[in-house]
Amino acid sequence: MTPIRASLVGIVASALLILIVLELVRGRRLKERYALLWLATGAVLLVLSAWRGGLNTIASWLGVTSYPPAVLFAVATLFILLVLLHYSTVISRLTDENVDLAQRVALLEERMRAVERDVGERAESEPVSSP
Amino acid sequence: MTRSDLRIVAVVPAYNEEGAIGRLVDELHEFEPPLDVVVVDDCSTDTTAAVAAAHGATVLGLPFNVGIGGAVQTGFRFALERGYQRAVRLDGDGQHDPRELPKLLAPIERGDADLVIGSRFVDANGTYRPPLARRLGIRIFARLVSLLGGQRVTDTTSGFIALDRVGIELFAREYPHDYPEVEATLVALRSGLRLRQVQVDMRERETGESSITFVRSLYYIVKVMLSLLVASLRRYPRLEGASR
Repeated sequence: MTPIRASLVGIVASALLILIVLELVRGRRLKERYALLWLATGAVLLVLSAWRGGLNTIASWLGVTSYPPAVLFAVATLFILLVLLHYSTVISRLTDENVDLAQRVALLEERMRAVERDVGERAESEPVSSP
Repeated sequence: MTRSDLRIVAVVPAYNEEGAIGRLVDELHEFEPPLDVVVVDDCSTDTTAAVAAAHGATVLGLPFNVGIGGAVQTGFRFALERGYQRAVRLDGDGQHDPRELPKLLAPIERGDADLVIGSRFVDANGTYRPPLARRLGIRIFARLVSLLGGQRVTDTTSGFIALDRVGIELFAREYPHDYPEVEATLVALRSGLRLRQVQVDMRERETGESSITFVRSLYYIVKVMLSLLVASLRRYPRLEGASR
């Protein structure tokens, strides 16, 4: 059986996680799309912590007989891995976009210098006569 | 931009090459037919950009260091944007000798190739003998690319290349960002580009430092292997005009 204290700590911790994530989103310090995986993590952990019979049943399915809360750790670890993997894809995309922007800046600066040179030369060769 | 369809652009990626870049740009300007020289300065901390500009090169200055692949691609994007029909790429350290360019450009002028790689290994009797580990690495990459790309190549690590318009279009769009040469060769083959290799001699670098250290070469080997594997699982659209 799951000790009642383990369930209580699990409930408080996952509720806290959900609240912190919501607060971060509310303060616009975390975007909704990146909050979703965290909220899912919190929700799943909350359900598994509160629903003691469910946790025990899942644990016995998995053959974890001595200490059912171990399943909580396993699920939490799995979700953290998911979140990290998701972030790796986000970083990769950002890297590509960053390089693309750097290349555009380099090309635009060159184009701007060329245009400025062109304008300067034209101004020199045909001085504007003031009326 | 008016006559650029007839001209050739020389793309020169450079990172802290103030000692070599001036002479290289001068040599490129002496080339016949005339070349437009574009130096891509990968956010050097020395005066590379100023020296290149003083010697009359067009300078594309990256706002932060993006690595050799991203720098080279900037040059190809420039070539694409300005409508160049031919491009060559030489390293900023001067190890690629501009006097070898006619050999690289010949297959492109004849219309026989979209991508020409200048290699030190095409001719088995060539004089270049690198250290064993390096030779082995180069050979393994060449075998892998030959296998996955369906055409025999002898050296895929060379950055001394010439491109026609189809090649410019491909590499402006798709070019790996770090240690790019090997993967780029495979991408070209899988996109249906016609590839030729020509024997060239290369010079020893005169100034600056090679970017290859032991840890980096390990990373290099692993990274390139992974890129090749993934690139061979990816689908590349065949380019219009590529006729292999």
